[in-house]
Amino acid sequence: MSTETVTPAARPVQPPEPSTARPPGQGRAATGFLLPFGLLYLAFILGPAVYGLIMSFFDASLVRPGLGGFAGFGNYTEALQSADFWSSLWHTLWFTILTTPPLIVLAFVFALLADRVSRGRWFFRLAFFAPFILPSAVVALIWIFMYTPELGLLEVGLAKIGVTAPAWLGDPTWAMPSLAVTTIWWTLGFNFILYLAGLQEIPRDLYEASAIDGAGPWQQIRRITIPMLGRTTTLVAVLQVIASLKVFDQMYLMTTGGPDFATRSVLQYVYDQGFTNFRLGYAAAVSMLFFLVVLAVSAVWFTIVRRQEKEV
Amino acid sequence: MHVPRTPHAGLSRRRLLGGLAAAAGAGVLSGCSSDVLSGLTASREEAGTLAYWNLFGGGDGVRMQQMLDTYQRDHAQVALSATTLAWGNPYYTKLSLATIGDKPPDVAISHLTRMKNMVEAGLLQELDPAALARHGLAADRFTPRTWEAGLVDGRAYSIPLDTHPFVMFYNTDVCEKAGLLGADGALTPLDSPEAFTDAMRRAKQVTGAYGGVVASISETSTPWRIFQSLYSQLGGQVISDQGREVVIDDAKATEVLTFLRSLTSDGLFPAVADYQGSIAMFAEGQAGFYFQGEWEISTFQTAKTPFSMTLFPHLYREGPYAVQADSHTFVLPRHPDTSPERLDRALEFVASMLDQSRTWAEGGHVPSYRPFLESAEFRDLKPQSNYAAAAEAAAYDAEGWYSGSGSNFEIVTGSAIGAVIAGQSTPATAVGRMRSALRDLARTPSPI
Repeated sequence: MSTETVTPAARPVQPPEPSTARPPGQGRAATGFLLPFGLLYLAFILGPAVYGLIMSFFDASLVRPGLGGFAGFGNYTEALQSADFWSSLWHTLWFTILTTPPLIVLAFVFALLADRVSRGRWFFRLAFFAPFILPSAVVALIWIFMYTPELGLLEVGLAKIGVTAPAWLGDPTWAMPSLAVTTIWWTLGFNFILYLAGLQEIPRDLYEASAIDGAGPWQQIRRITIPMLGRTTTLVAVLQVIASLKVFDQMYLMTTGGPDFATRSVLQYVYDQGFTNFRLGYAAAVSMLFFLVVLAVSAVWFTIVRRQEKEV
Repeated sequence: MHVPRTPHAGLSRRRLLGGLAAAAGAGVLSGCSSDVLSGLTASREEAGTLAYWNLFGGGDGVRMQQMLDTYQRDHAQVALSATTLAWGNPYYTKLSLATIGDKPPDVAISHLTRMKNMVEAGLLQELDPAALARHGLAADRFTPRTWEAGLVDGRAYSIPLDTHPFVMFYNTDVCEKAGLLGADGALTPLDSPEAFTDAMRRAKQVTGAYGGVVASISETSTPWRIFQSLYSQLGGQVISDQGREVVIDDAKATEVLTFLRSLTSDGLFPAVADYQGSIAMFAEGQAGFYFQGEWEISTFQTAKTPFSMTLFPHLYREGPYAVQADSHTFVLPRHPDTSPERLDRALEFVASMLDQSRTWAEGGHVPSYRPFLESAEFRDLKPQSNYAAAAEAAAYDAEGWYSGSGSNFEIVTGSAIGAVIAGQSTPATAVGRMRSALRDLARTPSPI
């Protein structure tokens, strides 16, 4: 491939290079391979992030050239005093609280069950994973149909067994749980696959040995499966918390943050302020605040999980 | 790279690359990616193209398509690309971003109440009176109310297509059985809150379910529209001074909200109905009256509901008749290509649309193009001509950088009003919430 990787053996006339810890040329090759990613990272992640940080201190407007007037911490104090910011932040956290535990526990349970099925295992794997590959717009449409008041599948179905259904997406208290259910159905497959892979890593002989020692299935799950899946659970939990905090699509598509702003996530608040209201500086300040929250949540989460791992 | 590779690994990598290439190739071949490609390569569209953005769904969308087909038939040399986007904030966000990014459509639809902010943001092209006259689009061709409401500092930036007032739909079968139709088949005038409530009660006895229905949840514009219609009849205002001041009249707002809530608490209206649900209830005859913009006419014609439409009732007679309305207008976003050919092509397109005002009016809208509005053809168009007077009594949303159809203003007010209608909030709470939310917006310096 690249010319730098030609080994001395190919050019025997050249004196051997002084021996180093690494084979010659490898450092340069590594740089070469990392460069494309590095450039993209700089251009699309680091650069915009720094620009966003700068912008958050200005009254930047989408429809005016340049950064606008210097605002100091004005945007930050406005955000911290804004009830809309705090409520959207709470909506994001509430969504994370509602989705993360089920997405971990259910994924584990279903993976366990699918792993035990002896016939048609491919079907169960596919069935649980299939929703995950759907685009958010399709998921939103399917669930909007089901949640439709008066006519939707859920309301009609519940009426048949004599239960009055709430206005799933229309009632401010029910809208978030309804979105959480949709999200669980949609994204369960990803965690499910991670757990399934984790389950297959556990050596069979552990189960056999424990069975000989008289352990029942429940004991095997508690004493072998769960501890052996510790690393998977850490991974799943961290990925899930971050994914839930980043919620935007399904909320924007299904409720546009309504009813009555009850499901407006913090990212939608940023979008609304920055792109709809043209207030880029303020939106950048909110993004920075949210970044700090995600950082803090992730840090706390990591510490908890690390400690648990050590105990295990 | 002398790492020995298993044939399998090499094969799978090659396969993967091959697969990616094939996928990319398929993407290029499929028509939908041509926009992406031209966007990536920044190639300007060739001469003779016309990009048009609109926000029309449902029956409006169907009629607009008919009009576009006619235009295309008469102008076969123009490559027309029409794009329909979801209305409200998403539409204006995309239109603004496209214009800022120098990739705007040649012609776009804008609500009259949203257009002024775009003018102030420098996103729209001023329309030269001479160019307008050249295409038969001079000011005197339009109703004064729609034309003048669209002027900014006396300059024209928009060409009005229609006025779309909030109206009253009524089920003629239900109203006849309820004894609400006169000898001539016209609806008995509902000229006070009491008369209105009584009519709803009689309709409810006929339907066995509800008297009337208005969307209250998952929907902010409809609650705002019905509130604004009644509140304007009382002479109330919500914001003034370009949105810098909140001037809600507590007594008047509470009166209207209490009245609206009484309709749902008495079971005359369903408390909880979303937009689609409210349509379904009227279409299926579970409600005798339905309140919405006139554009839903096509929905009920398709559903074969026995219905007619008339002016939204004048319930508070202390003031002159008023009803919430807005207008669809054609605007020309600021475009990097300022050639006169492109301008002529755009204006000719607008003229062609206005020439088809009949088709558009069939969708319920009150045309603003006088050659058609004042024709016998429109006078005979029923029920549209029943409520054409609403255009002159239009209560447009007040001006402000956060105001206009489907804007933050409608969202914060409409969600508070909807919560009252749905029985989730009291009138006093709702007024307080509207005031504090609007004050936050009013305090924020305009980003435009």
